[in-house]
Amino acid sequence: MSRTGSYGIWRILLLAQLREQPGRFLVTVLALALGVALGSSVYLVNTSALNEFGLATKRLVGEADIVVRGPRDGFPEQLFVDLAHTPSVSALSPVLELEVALSDRKETLKVLGLDPFRAAVLQPAIMGDIGEAMFQLFDTDAIYLSSAAAQELKLKRGEQLRVTVGSTSKALRVIGILSQNTYSQSLGLMDIASAQWIFNALGRVNRIDMRLSPGTDVNSFRRDLGTKLPPGVLALAPQVERDRAVTVTKAYRVNLNMLALVALFTGAFLVFSTQSLSVLRRRRSLALLRALGVTRSQLRNALLGEGLALGVLGSLLGVVLGMIIAAAVLKFLTADLGNGQLRAAGASLRSAPLQTVAFFAIGVAVAGIGAWVPARNAARQPPARALKGGDGDFKAAARTGWRSGLAMLVLGSALAWLPPVGGLPLFGYAAIAALLLGAVLLVPTVTIQGLRLAPRTHRIVLDTAVSQLRENVSLSALSLASIIVSFSLMVAMAIMIHSFRISFDHWLGKLLPADMLLREPPGNDTAFLSKDDQAKLGTVTGIARAEFRRTLQVLLDPTRAPITLIARGMSEADTAAELPLIRSVSAKESPTPTAFISEALQDVYGYKIGDVLQIPLGGRNRAFLIAGVWRDYARLSGSVVVSRHAYTAATGDDSANEGSLWLNTGTDSDTVARMLRQTVGNGDALEITTSTALHERSLQIFDRAFAITYALEIIAVIIGLTGVSFAASSTALARRAEFGMLRHIGMLRRQIIGMLADEGVLTSTFGVVYGLGLGAALSLVLVYVINRQSFNWSIDFAVPVLPLVLLSVVLIGAAAVTAIWSGRAALSQDAVRAVREDW
Amino acid sequence: MIDPILQLEGLSKRYSKDRPAIFEDVDLTLRSGEYLAIMGESGVGKSTLLNLLAGLDTPDTGRVVLEGVDLTTLDDDATTRLRRRTVGFVFQAFHVLPYLSVEQNVALPLDLLGVAEPERGRRTQEMLTAVGIEALSQRHTRELSGGEVQRVAIARALVHRPRLVLADEPTGNLDARSAAQTLTLLRAQIKANAGAGILITHSRAAADTADRIVVLEARGLKALEAA
Ligand SMILES: Nc1ncnc2c1ncn2[C@@H]1O[C@H](COP(=O)(O)OP(=O)(O)O)[C@@H](O)[C@H]1O
Ligand SMILES: [Mg+2]
Repeated sequence: MSRTGSYGIWRILLLAQLREQPGRFLVTVLALALGVALGSSVYLVNTSALNEFGLATKRLVGEADIVVRGPRDGFPEQLFVDLAHTPSVSALSPVLELEVALSDRKETLKVLGLDPFRAAVLQPAIMGDIGEAMFQLFDTDAIYLSSAAAQELKLKRGEQLRVTVGSTSKALRVIGILSQNTYSQSLGLMDIASAQWIFNALGRVNRIDMRLSPGTDVNSFRRDLGTKLPPGVLALAPQVERDRAVTVTKAYRVNLNMLALVALFTGAFLVFSTQSLSVLRRRRSLALLRALGVTRSQLRNALLGEGLALGVLGSLLGVVLGMIIAAAVLKFLTADLGNGQLRAAGASLRSAPLQTVAFFAIGVAVAGIGAWVPARNAARQPPARALKGGDGDFKAAARTGWRSGLAMLVLGSALAWLPPVGGLPLFGYAAIAALLLGAVLLVPTVTIQGLRLAPRTHRIVLDTAVSQLRENVSLSALSLASIIVSFSLMVAMAIMIHSFRISFDHWLGKLLPADMLLREPPGNDTAFLSKDDQAKLGTVTGIARAEFRRTLQVLLDPTRAPITLIARGMSEADTAAELPLIRSVSAKESPTPTAFISEALQDVYGYKIGDVLQIPLGGRNRAFLIAGVWRDYARLSGSVVVSRHAYTAATGDDSANEGSLWLNTGTDSDTVARMLRQTVGNGDALEITTSTALHERSLQIFDRAFAITYALEIIAVIIGLTGVSFAASSTALARRAEFGMLRHIGMLRRQIIGMLADEGVLTSTFGVVYGLGLGAALSLVLVYVINRQSFNWSIDFAVPVLPLVLLSVVLIGAAAVTAIWSGRAALSQDAVRAVREDW
Repeated sequence: MIDPILQLEGLSKRYSKDRPAIFEDVDLTLRSGEYLAIMGESGVGKSTLLNLLAGLDTPDTGRVVLEGVDLTTLDDDATTRLRRRTVGFVFQAFHVLPYLSVEQNVALPLDLLGVAEPERGRRTQEMLTAVGIEALSQRHTRELSGGEVQRVAIARALVHRPRLVLADEPTGNLDARSAAQTLTLLRAQIKANAGAGILITHSRAAADTADRIVVLEARGLKALEAA
């Protein structure tokens, strides 16, 4: 009986709700769907992209047990010969792996120079596809392209591919194209001897793939090998190759996932507040059901069932929506969600039935949690009290919330001080959740205290409004909380993004002091400006001063992504003056050359000012004294700046790949750019811009990257507002009889509407002020904890005052309009019928 | 002071075109100090009539003249202002505001009329004493019994000394003892304030507390023949 009884009541209540307020039902379902969709689509896109990336790396590493890697400029071939004599090595393949600069293009192409016969043992899948054509690969200018590369470069078999080496252009001949199945990413394959010849790396390789005899302990062999290798050459497990790429994008992925969690949290909250409101609104009829013999647990289960029904619908919709979004992202955008770190071409949506079910379950659970508290409270209400009306026990319950609220605030503040877990700001997110929850729990108490302060104005409209708010405090607190949650999150995000943007803007200004910039395609290993080129560029008419830089990748730790070494500034004093330094010490007396590390090196590697940093350069470890920490927003995995003088002394390399140019006054930058291109061999591939243009473009990219965040935040606030307006209209409807009586005793329509508007403005002003305060607190956690721990760079706190003021005014206005509009609707039924509870 | 307080001439009302009129040809004159009971079967249109004469609804034909003003010529705001000053209401379902205290509920009409302290407090206190609930003045209405709430409603209906008090089945929700007390109180207060009153009821015993009884029928108001 009990079960069918609950079910019957559940059905009746649910249908009645649906009929009465389909809009409210719909908004709650949509909010849940949004959270689930966001979470599952981010997850699907990430796993699909990472999986694709993982597959590609696996193909490249092939059957190797160990990958020996050196810096981009490599190490002498002799190491290969030495290793070949090591016992328990069964196969060995030398590789020259380069990001090759293409003439007339800004992109680079990854090219592997390999010994085809040796590679056939270690990368059988790739070499197998080449088959007979392997012999043609021995031609000096021959290159084999993957089908992705052929498509991207629009090249067919037999056509020419022009590459840049130094500043001269060389032609390669495409002798064949790999099938799509063999390798899905962009890649070129050459014979290693041809590659060494073409790319001026005679006698050098930068990677050796090793396969060990069966039965060898791979790990101890690798550790052992590691100690024997020259500085800057490392022995890596193949898994690390894959993981490294994954680690770089980890912070970014976690941030997106957390955004999805925030959406789910908002969804849960919406279920909680709409269910609580609808329970409050129906308390008389629920009490009547209890009086008629419905048991406590039957009523609780029926109400819980209502929430679960919302959850099931929303989650179903969300899971389907998530798959559609993920498929669209993978099809139309590169699969890295705009981050650019992980460009996986051709990733396809992988079905993940288990995870889909998990996301569905999370959505339902979240709705269930949201519905549980109001269901339990309603079932506990003594029916006699509820039949008579008034807030009764709900108010008492709201009053007790403040202890847990304060406890959550304290907990949240404490969590914010904890360090990251595995490079992720997990405690930071927990702190945000705790602070939000605590602040929401405190809303009723703060409302009660706030209204107690409200003086009697002896204006009947205002006084009545204040009294009604004071008495129905849990009701107003509930409708307020949903807007407080979404608004404070929006405020926090806005402050964080604004702070970041301002810091980024300053940073760009500091780093771009010259009039113009020029650089070789970023990330390439082959194109550079020789000392001669630099001298010629510096004397182009119109140029007052030129300064050149050399950047290259250096691997400090085999388990992490390479860092960027930047050689800039002729003297060490110049270097320090040009950088946006956060902290520095004077190291004039120091005999060791100095280095300036980015914050990532400090946070991730643990280096401090005064430490000695060993950088493998030119086959030896060179010591640098860390003299300062600078802010670098461009290189997530860390960077270190040394003077060009020190760099050249250590390596003998006086080439450059970037330059800053100061112009004589009145010089036209376009003309200068044209002349610069004519000066060097491969001038067309040079990227030449004015600092102003680069500055603007960087800010545009910044804004675009955060557009999606803004869009999501706005959606959250709209959902919150809709929640408030449904709450307003349902309370206005519930107060119809009251309005009818007030009309009888002579209150004007406009006075009643004015009373509702006052209530709306009072509550929303309170909500907005509260939300601003909470948002500011949350933004501190975002700026100083979550941003810092995710990206390892600092930003300066700055508040976008005007936009926040405008937004607040709009919200308060919207709430007032909503109140007036729902009052109108409630008054449209005439006063006469409203008091007809008496027949 | 304008006498008669209320005059109805040839009132008729229908709620929809395709249904017959609820009532037609209703004429009535009510003078100062008069206390009238209107009886009739349930559904005959007693409440409808009450709404018409308070200006809460408009008749299809006929005139309602309240304090010498023809309500049918006024707009909604003007009618409301006239009602605010001239009429007091007592409802069957009490209709007090649960979020205000007893004292605040009673003072509502004074607030609406802009009566300032100390006058407001004095008159509220007087009225609370008159209906015998001065001890409850700071309580919230949900803590009171039905009879006590109806006293609050009566106090509210009379606190601004309206010339006309309208009571629609004021004892419908009360037990016999509270009902008798309420009716006695209502009559005493109407007489004390020298206004006029209309009591709507279907109970003969209740109607007997009035000076005069009329019966509402579809064809108009008929004086009750002496039983
Ligand atoms: N707003 C309305 N719309 C349509 N019909 C109404 C409305 N109000 C009352 N009625 C009808 O008018 C008749 C008289 O109602 P009412 O005046 O409430 O009767 P009484 O108070 O005498 O019991 C009833 O038949 C009722 O159904
Ligand atoms: Mg009636």
